[in-house]
Amino acid sequence: MTDAATTPRLQLTGITKAYPSVIANQDVSLTVLPGEIHAVLGENGAGKSTLMKIIYGAVKPDTGTIAWEGKAVAIANPARARRLGIGMVFQHFSLFETLTVADNIALALEKDRSGDDLPARIREVSTRYGLPLAPDRHIHTMSVGERQRVEIVRCLLQDPRLLIMDEPTSVLTPQAVEKLFETLRRLASEGCSILYISHKLDEIRALCHKATVLRGGKVTGTCDPRHESSTSLARMMIGSDLPHPQHRQAQIGADALVVRDLSLDADDPFGTALHNISLTVRVGEIVGIAGVSGNGQKELMAALSGERRVPDADRIMLLGQAVGRLDAAQRRALGFAFVPEERLGRGAVPEMSLADNALLTAHRQQLVSRGFVRHDAVRAYAVETIRAYGVKAGGPDAIARSLSGGNLQKFIVGREIRQHPKMMIAAQPTWGVDVGAAAQIRQALLDLRDSGVAVLVVSEELDELFEICDRLAVIARGRLSDAKAVSDTNAAEIGLLMSGSFIASGAEPHRPFSPAGMI
Amino acid sequence: MRLRLEPRPEPSRLAGWLSPIVATLAVLAIGLMLFSAMGKNPWEAMYVFFIEPIDTLYDIGELLLKASPIMLCAVGLAIGYRANVWNIGAEGQLIMGAIFGGGVALAFHGSTSWLVLPLMLVAGLLGGVLWAAIPAFLRTRFNANEILVSLMLVYVASFILSLLVHGAWRDPEGFNFPQSKMFDDNALLLNLLPETRLNVGFMIALAAVAMAWLFMRMSLVGYQMRVAGLAPAAANYAGISASRTVWLGMLIGGGSAGVAGVGEVAGPIGQLLPIVSPGYGFAAIIVAFVGRLHPVGIFFASLLMSLLYLGGEAAQMRLALPSSVTGLFQGTLLFFLLAADVFIHYRLRVIRTAPAVAKPA
Amino acid sequence: MDTVAQLLILTLAAGTPLVYAALGELVTEKAGVLNLGVEGMMLVGAVVSFIVAATTKSPWLGLAAGMAAGAALSLIFAFVTLTLQANQVASGLALSLFGIGLSAFIGLEYVSVVIEPIKALAVPGLSDLPVVGKMLFGHSPLVYLSIVLFVLIQWFLFHSRAGLILRAVGESPQSAHAIGYPVIRIRYLAVMFGGACAGIAGAYLSLVYNPSWTEGMTAGRGWIALALVVFATWKPWRVLAGAYLFGGVTLAQFQAQGLGVDIPSQYLSMLPYIATIVVLAVISRDATAIRLNAPASLGKSFHPYG
Repeated sequence: MTDAATTPRLQLTGITKAYPSVIANQDVSLTVLPGEIHAVLGENGAGKSTLMKIIYGAVKPDTGTIAWEGKAVAIANPARARRLGIGMVFQHFSLFETLTVADNIALALEKDRSGDDLPARIREVSTRYGLPLAPDRHIHTMSVGERQRVEIVRCLLQDPRLLIMDEPTSVLTPQAVEKLFETLRRLASEGCSILYISHKLDEIRALCHKATVLRGGKVTGTCDPRHESSTSLARMMIGSDLPHPQHRQAQIGADALVVRDLSLDADDPFGTALHNISLTVRVGEIVGIAGVSGNGQKELMAALSGERRVPDADRIMLLGQAVGRLDAAQRRALGFAFVPEERLGRGAVPEMSLADNALLTAHRQQLVSRGFVRHDAVRAYAVETIRAYGVKAGGPDAIARSLSGGNLQKFIVGREIRQHPKMMIAAQPTWGVDVGAAAQIRQALLDLRDSGVAVLVVSEELDELFEICDRLAVIARGRLSDAKAVSDTNAAEIGLLMSGSFIASGAEPHRPFSPAGMI
Repeated sequence: MRLRLEPRPEPSRLAGWLSPIVATLAVLAIGLMLFSAMGKNPWEAMYVFFIEPIDTLYDIGELLLKASPIMLCAVGLAIGYRANVWNIGAEGQLIMGAIFGGGVALAFHGSTSWLVLPLMLVAGLLGGVLWAAIPAFLRTRFNANEILVSLMLVYVASFILSLLVHGAWRDPEGFNFPQSKMFDDNALLLNLLPETRLNVGFMIALAAVAMAWLFMRMSLVGYQMRVAGLAPAAANYAGISASRTVWLGMLIGGGSAGVAGVGEVAGPIGQLLPIVSPGYGFAAIIVAFVGRLHPVGIFFASLLMSLLYLGGEAAQMRLALPSSVTGLFQGTLLFFLLAADVFIHYRLRVIRTAPAVAKPA
Repeated sequence: MDTVAQLLILTLAAGTPLVYAALGELVTEKAGVLNLGVEGMMLVGAVVSFIVAATTKSPWLGLAAGMAAGAALSLIFAFVTLTLQANQVASGLALSLFGIGLSAFIGLEYVSVVIEPIKALAVPGLSDLPVVGKMLFGHSPLVYLSIVLFVLIQWFLFHSRAGLILRAVGESPQSAHAIGYPVIRIRYLAVMFGGACAGIAGAYLSLVYNPSWTEGMTAGRGWIALALVVFATWKPWRVLAGAYLFGGVTLAQFQAQGLGVDIPSQYLSMLPYIATIVVLAVISRDATAIRLNAPASLGKSFHPYG
């Protein structure tokens, strides 16, 4: 089907885009043929997203040309891109939570295509492609996977000739990924080209006809991924082999964190309630929680960290103490540490220096005396954290916001570990982090476990969980499955649990919040 | 070619300190234009407005006297603003301070004890704290917006003051004017500088500036309030109590405004009147911003604001210009400041016409 | 029965400036912009409309001028917050303080001027009908206009495509930008609409409700209007209901005096402010209602960098 004689659907030549602090794309060229599923492969920060935004008209390139079906075009804005026939499914969805599916789709369509028959067309198209949707549902009542369907159907209703998918599988269970691939293959067979952005090598090998590999904003190669191994792809992507962390035999000790039958209503109408969560993390082991985001991870983390308190104190036992009603600071004083999912704005104050950010949680490390901050000690703590964890930063006075995701995450992880916790929780510890930093962070968590600390890791990356965890549990719809030893399970089984297979039928439906009674 | 704002990698400290100066210069420029538009000699008007009010020792005393309540209110408010606690009711808290402090002065009328004045100051502090506690309570307990509540309470406080001076506290020998008895000498702040009206209130204001600096820069609690203002989720993550932040932010602002209120009635006014402040509590909002929410900056900004008040009075007497020009300048100053602040986080970049399709190969 | 008619007329008259100001602010906030400058815009609207009415002898021209003045003032706010990315809370406060100063300054020579007010509509025949005549036909044209405005806004927000876009911008400017809407331009329009409405609200005070100009004559109504939007949980019909409720509270002082209740006027003057505080506390307790109805991006800056 990749007939060389056909005119390319899209041809980029010499695209360059520089930002004040970084060159996102440098002399990037790329050709996509009709009906081709074309992978753009690269690790976090390689410039994939910028390139896609350029194609979609959301970002203007500094230099370079774009040819659409053989003709040079200037894509000034997303509306122009859509008129050309380019659709995009964003990694961070561009949906409006308080609006209905139909309203969300109408907003992205031209006025003349969003008439009264829109709901019927939504039903028709969504069923045809195996992505069923109810047009009158509100987005905030839907799971992440369902939201992605809205994004895809929204694109399909515009009869796209090029569909851009930005990291679409990070929000899906392995089974749902398979279904998505079927949909994409079907679209491609109908002649639609697909640009598939990912850093997951297996997926690309399974799905794509061609791959363009980006590293540091430049194209480092093109290939047919069906004829490559994961190792060879990885080498093109990061310039070396994928690092693997060192694993030692677990030395299991006493229970450090025991959660018993914890139920908690969502404090946000768009949140997820927790139901009967039980979990034990012992000294010297890493327990992982897998699951598709939005299934209660955020709420569980808040309850465990003390950001949200629990009425029954003994639902959460930390090192033998009932801590449910203690706040985050009190739990920290007992030897608890936490690396949150959002780095900027939660794990660190974006506008503050690294030194001030060290003080955020580490002030118990003799950084304060009689209520007054010992600025020298604070600086020393920051300097030592930067050194010990290889944080690339302009020193302790660098503003947190100015660091790359990986470096800031290393700083936060270092800041928490250096407080000598007895129990550590890390949520999405390597999300959006480059491969080198991710490996370093995973190794730091493993070393922590080996030094006799209980570690709990929440992640959407199954590979990561299988790599570092001793036991795995799955969270779905606010419920937690029993934890299994990693050696006794596999990705397929965990994937099934992620879709909620362990929840007894008859349990409450997903996100039971209803706006009725509000008026 | 066009201009575009582009985020800076790190906020510019230089731009932060330059923007009040730019804003002040812009207000002066507007003043020049305004005065000439009104048919005055602009340079003479500027002289009358900005130089004459401070060309004698007495005048300097007046400048510092007026700057004191503004400074007090503004350092208190700034602590709250840093923590994202928007108390805009300092005017009401100032009035409450005046009522409480003045109430003590009237209750001990005739006493010669030296304790009256300290008692008044404490009472004034409590009055301001109490008045600020209402929005703090409603915000922490019911999530009610403190901006609106604290502002509504300004009106309520002024009606309470009006009730008192028209009623229970009216001076029986005051020819039915709505005013209280004149306070005894032991209920008045000591003079600080002979030949002027400057009193120890100025020293209190300076002490407040120093304490505010110490609190915000050196104490853990001050640091934690800054965190709460910059990133509420980070504060929550670190276990910094959100309600403590609100309470502290409101009460510090209320307390200092309350003391400012006592300073007025125990200082230049010397009794309770239906109006005890020409809007110092509101001017302090502007001063807090112009002073970059920093105690030292606030010190200088309150001098500027005081000069605007004095200049307005002088312009009214000498040039028959309306004194409300002061209010106009105040508002303009804040606007120019906020506009100039854009350069703290952004820089201007000239974009040469760079089409998506460049140089066809 | 006549007193009931009278009371209704007075209540609507007292509530109408709040209807204008709060509906305008509601539209602004629906686009995600919090403009705390309503009080300032109302004052400038009041003084400008009064001056124009006094010089041209045409109150209607005055009304138009007041509306334009409110919009013009809001444009400053829009420029500072939307183009220059300044903090919306601080800029709104600045706008209020600026408006208070500006209105006092330009209105100085008009304090004791007398003008021809906008008169109540008298429909021959109908207004003279017993009971209902006065109730339905005895109001100022601006009262009817405010109800028309309410209907238009209700339709615009919830039944028009443009309204859907406006709500989308307020819900998530990032998403709206991503699918190609000009977020900043839409917000400019919403802010200016709010400014124009605040201008009319001010003009209503100085041309209809109390035909005169005095410094600070809005007496906090701009702030009460802001509270009303929260009270209404961003629903237009609740704004209308709330405005008339507050109109009724304002009347209490006149009524009490009329009934010969001997109580210092200050107590009654405090009532609207205290009522605002109480109502805010009661409504804000329900965090869920606020979360579901408040525009999610309210008060946050948005920079379409990229």
